[in-house]
Amino acid sequence: MPPVTSVVPGDPIVVAEDLTKVYGDNRAVDGISFSISQGESFGLLGPNGAGKSTTMRMIGGTLTRTGGTMRVAGLDPAERGPEVRAHLGVVPQQDNLDEELTVRDNLIVYGRYFGLPHSYLRTKADELIEFAQLTEKAKAKTTALSGGMKRRLTIARALVNEPKLLLLDEPTTGLDPQARHVLWDRLFRLKEVGVTLVVTTHFMDEAEQLCDRLIVIDHGRIMAEGSPRALIREHSTREVVEVRFGAQRNAAVVDQLEDVATRLEVLPDRILVYTDDGEAALEEITGRGLNPITSLVRRSSLEDVFLRLTGRTLVD
Amino acid sequence: MQDLQRLAASGRVPAPEVMAARARRWGWWYYVEYWLRTAKAWFQSILIYMVGEPLLYLVALGVGLGTLVDNGVGTVDGVPYLVFVAPALLISTVVMSTGGELTYPVMAGFKWDRLYYGPHATPVTPAQIATGHLIGVLIRFVVQSLIFWAIMVAFDAVPRGVLVSALVIPIGVLSAAAFGALLQAYASTLQDEGYQFAFVQRFVIMPMFLFAGTFFPLSAMPVYLHWVGWISPVWHGTQLARQVTYGAVEPAWLTVVHVLFLLALTVVGVLWARRSYTRRMGS
Repeated sequence: MPPVTSVVPGDPIVVAEDLTKVYGDNRAVDGISFSISQGESFGLLGPNGAGKSTTMRMIGGTLTRTGGTMRVAGLDPAERGPEVRAHLGVVPQQDNLDEELTVRDNLIVYGRYFGLPHSYLRTKADELIEFAQLTEKAKAKTTALSGGMKRRLTIARALVNEPKLLLLDEPTTGLDPQARHVLWDRLFRLKEVGVTLVVTTHFMDEAEQLCDRLIVIDHGRIMAEGSPRALIREHSTREVVEVRFGAQRNAAVVDQLEDVATRLEVLPDRILVYTDDGEAALEEITGRGLNPITSLVRRSSLEDVFLRLTGRTLVD
Repeated sequence: MQDLQRLAASGRVPAPEVMAARARRWGWWYYVEYWLRTAKAWFQSILIYMVGEPLLYLVALGVGLGTLVDNGVGTVDGVPYLVFVAPALLISTVVMSTGGELTYPVMAGFKWDRLYYGPHATPVTPAQIATGHLIGVLIRFVVQSLIFWAIMVAFDAVPRGVLVSALVIPIGVLSAAAFGALLQAYASTLQDEGYQFAFVQRFVIMPMFLFAGTFFPLSAMPVYLHWVGWISPVWHGTQLARQVTYGAVEPAWLTVVHVLFLLALTVVGVLWARRSYTRRMGS
């Protein structure tokens, strides 16, 4: 067996080249290449069906790839699946906790799959329960937990083998805003102590909160790559004015807005006016007597980047 | 404030390659451990079932129907009806229990609760999950066969002797493995809601129970129906069980066929399930 590459901070821990997954005639992942450094927080951003989860599963080798190469800690997950997965913590898109078991038992059972002894797991389970803020619920059946609690438990479970690399597939989808913030806080702390995070999401705010660097994926291809800030700088303006004139009038006023904006985006319910000075643009618009029903000046976000790159909004 | 540095890297975890090596060797057993832990939750209700079922069957068929049979034809295969039917009921009921254990729970693992996908993200492989699930269920059948056997002893239905008759326990488990592994493999190929299981219950499991020499010798049926017995793990298991409980007489080659048939079905089922789990979870 080839030697296991030692993991050094800054070194790439995941390297994918020309990664491809084909289902029938659907190219779910269509030749994507990326590299993730140790300690980095890396995002895969894209709409549902873009190929994010498929890519994620190929990192852990739980999905056979059709083509390309993949190295995780220097190993090919297709050939050395158990070794690769021993390096990983995986938080799947859908929780698959055993609802009949207690919170604590879910952690212990999972730790056993890594061959970890009970002596280690007894204390580890308590630490993880504390991390997941579930101390009160340790002996409760998992079925009694809220969505946010289950998610935190799933993350705690993924840490049982002290992985260097944590794969999170849509960690906060379906959670209310408060639960999301609690979860982001937990993930941020893990990042601080050097755990590499790989996060898929279709939430722009999540990507901006968590990711040092990300790739924007659509139809299985990489549309753009960079830090959230760099992507915004490159593909959008500093600010955006959102104006609504009502569904009937939106189309009619577009012509009169063109010279106000660096770029315009006409959505069914509103017009996005891209400009570096939002307030000035809005003043100009109202000065022309266009009187939008509502208006909002905001900073550009990754949502705008995605819209620019694909012509579509991320979450319909 | 929790020391997260320690949480993320306490230094108490072995190297990844060590964890992987352990899982390669013992992954199936880790899944058995998990299965046993979940079984604890419903152990009480299953225990009532495992004790109640033999009692009901032995009283109704062995004692009740048995009185009629014994008064009418005297003996069956040279022994009282209770003695004749008891080993068959053990085998039948244990094999029938696979219909609950290795159908819907398999569907839950892949689809409803996605329970298989938890261990799938660890060093444990799909093939190990398949085998671990089967072995967990077989451990339950060891207990179930043991209880049934103890009740047979209490009913004085083991004229060949208590010790020899205890062999019905491994025979029961082997019969259940022969049918159960195939059923598990078949269940793992189903993508929809498992409507097929009701069909299997009615048209595979029930006929095995009724026509595989359980209530009357296979020879009492028309020759053109004997095949039902021959392809049924219940019949092969029952014939073996009858040898060890009351000394039913069969040619040696047939005994060998019984054992080989059950072993062969088990091996085919296990290999098919491992392959099917690997394919389904890897796609």
